[in-house]
Amino acid sequence: MPNAIKEALDIQPLVTGGKSVRDVTEDILKPVEAFPTSLWWKAFLLALTITVIDLGIIGYLVYEGLYILGINNPVGWGFFIVNFVFWIGIGHAGTLISAVLYLFRQEWRTGINRAAEAMTIFAVLTAASTLIIHIGRPWMGFWLFPYPNERGPLWVNFRSPLIWDTFAVSTYLSISLVFWYIGLIPDIAAVRDRATTPLRRKVYDILSFGWVGSNKAWSHLETVAMILAALSTPLVLSVHTIVSFDFAVSIVPGWHTTIFPPYFVAGAIFSGFAMVVTLMVIAREVFQLKDYITMKHLENMNKVIMVTGLIVGLAYSTEFFMAWYSGNEYEGFTFVNRAFGPYGWAYFIMFSCNVFAPQVFWSKKLRNSIPVMFIVSIIVNIGMWFERFVIVMTLHADFLPSSWDKYIPTVYDFMMLLGTFGIFFTMFLLFCRLLPVIAIAEVKTVMPHKDGGHH
Amino acid sequence: MYTPKKEQFHTFEETEHGVFGLFDTPAQIIDAAQKTKDKGYTNFDCFTPYPVHGLDDAMGLPRSGLPWVTFFMGIFGCTVGFSMQYLTHKYDWPINISGKSFNAWFAYIPITFEFTVFMAGLSTAAALFFLAKLPRTGRKVLHPDITTDKFALWIPSNSANYSEGSVTDFIKGLGSKHVETVK
Repeated sequence: MPNAIKEALDIQPLVTGGKSVRDVTEDILKPVEAFPTSLWWKAFLLALTITVIDLGIIGYLVYEGLYILGINNPVGWGFFIVNFVFWIGIGHAGTLISAVLYLFRQEWRTGINRAAEAMTIFAVLTAASTLIIHIGRPWMGFWLFPYPNERGPLWVNFRSPLIWDTFAVSTYLSISLVFWYIGLIPDIAAVRDRATTPLRRKVYDILSFGWVGSNKAWSHLETVAMILAALSTPLVLSVHTIVSFDFAVSIVPGWHTTIFPPYFVAGAIFSGFAMVVTLMVIAREVFQLKDYITMKHLENMNKVIMVTGLIVGLAYSTEFFMAWYSGNEYEGFTFVNRAFGPYGWAYFIMFSCNVFAPQVFWSKKLRNSIPVMFIVSIIVNIGMWFERFVIVMTLHADFLPSSWDKYIPTVYDFMMLLGTFGIFFTMFLLFCRLLPVIAIAEVKTVMPHKDGGHH
Repeated sequence: MYTPKKEQFHTFEETEHGVFGLFDTPAQIIDAAQKTKDKGYTNFDCFTPYPVHGLDDAMGLPRSGLPWVTFFMGIFGCTVGFSMQYLTHKYDWPINISGKSFNAWFAYIPITFEFTVFMAGLSTAAALFFLAKLPRTGRKVLHPDITTDKFALWIPSNSANYSEGSVTDFIKGLGSKHVETVK
């Protein structure tokens, strides 16, 4: 295509810097093949320290019991369900990027899909860990699954949204893991073929399952990638829909609304993309991947953040409107109490972070500014954490004033919240160090090739 | 009507001996594969660093039959997922909750859906592993650059019309600068 037409259509290359196919492999594998930088070590040790402290606190929590947390009779879940919904939501962007954008032939996804999918898996694991800890006796976690047992006909209640969650989250985790790993196999083989020591060669040979790049295998692999994308697309929507059912299937005012599924899904995409922006801004800087994670990638993600931010804002307003329009006094009270009650400050944080902050992206200049997008992405994540907090705090004042009670988180609640970040970042940093953060083979397919091999 | 064919589940024989030649561009390998097929060599394969579209046709590979696995295992997952819930709640462990039907099938939809996706997705991946002969570590790597930027045409010794000299000349004639015999 002539350059003038490209400029007119605003088509920017997905890989900048005039890279050859060989450069792609070399650049992306540099962090995997070199000794980690001091910056990586510092970040890793910090994350690991938080994780270790968190593990200690989990041990103490299991030993002492859940009473050391701030949970009480009306607010029975507290921070844990907030963290759970928050982290599951973070995970959704990865699947959106890898599956939905794949089906829509959005080639710009190739630069960021690998890291985003890894983020999905780690976020879902983090989310699952909060649930397992919160049941108080984590070793009984397998009770959530239906299994033949010796206690007569005793089954889980399949009509309970919490069991729907179990199935949704475990399916989501396994499908995402398989999707991610299938894409990784050819890239791990590239690491193996460049290995300089026998041990390294052996380890990556095992990890790559002995992939040699046969086209007979490629043709099946591409089909599987397409199928998994097609399966993941409804799956990702179903997971957060089901998470929203945890609330919406109840009869609690403020939760029992049909807007919850789409509103939760939009919120998940919103927070997930914000987390991808946060991570990618750091990763492209630290690992010198600016030619692969270009401004175009970041700008596109910012556009998604802005759109989903508007959807979330619409949902907040719709909820308020329906509370008034329905004429239900409990519903009406709940929303007035949310905005002006004891947790009004949280509602204010939620609203301003999620609805106002992303509006700066209307300006192309701000959409392309690294510091602006970094700050906005963090603000959005804070806002989305508070969104879940606000929803859960609805419980503190429901139908009967006699059962109202305020929820005051203890230091352990905050430590567990911090701990989830420790777990997530420890896994993510290990991933960045051990596996290629960008899908090498996929990036190569979207590069222009001189002699008609462009796909 | 479209029906699955055995060739769609193409797998490959591991071959240790043969001749391979390296090419530099996707266009060259597509051209080479086409000519190799036309020449009547069988069992040949192409090794590429990334999927090259058009190569399947050039090699004469039918499109993958894996969607059939997805389809049937999806139906299987859907049936098992629904029956598991229906049978336990209707027959094995009926509990009356506010007079609701034991077969409250609306409530079974989320798990039925998830189980369908679970079975369909994981079985398809398992089928990929089976057909692509993974995992098998310690495979011979023809050339380390194949996973970076080179494209290899591999004609194994069990191909029809194979003779080392003629195959070597044939691959050289296709424009490969690096031709090697593996014994």
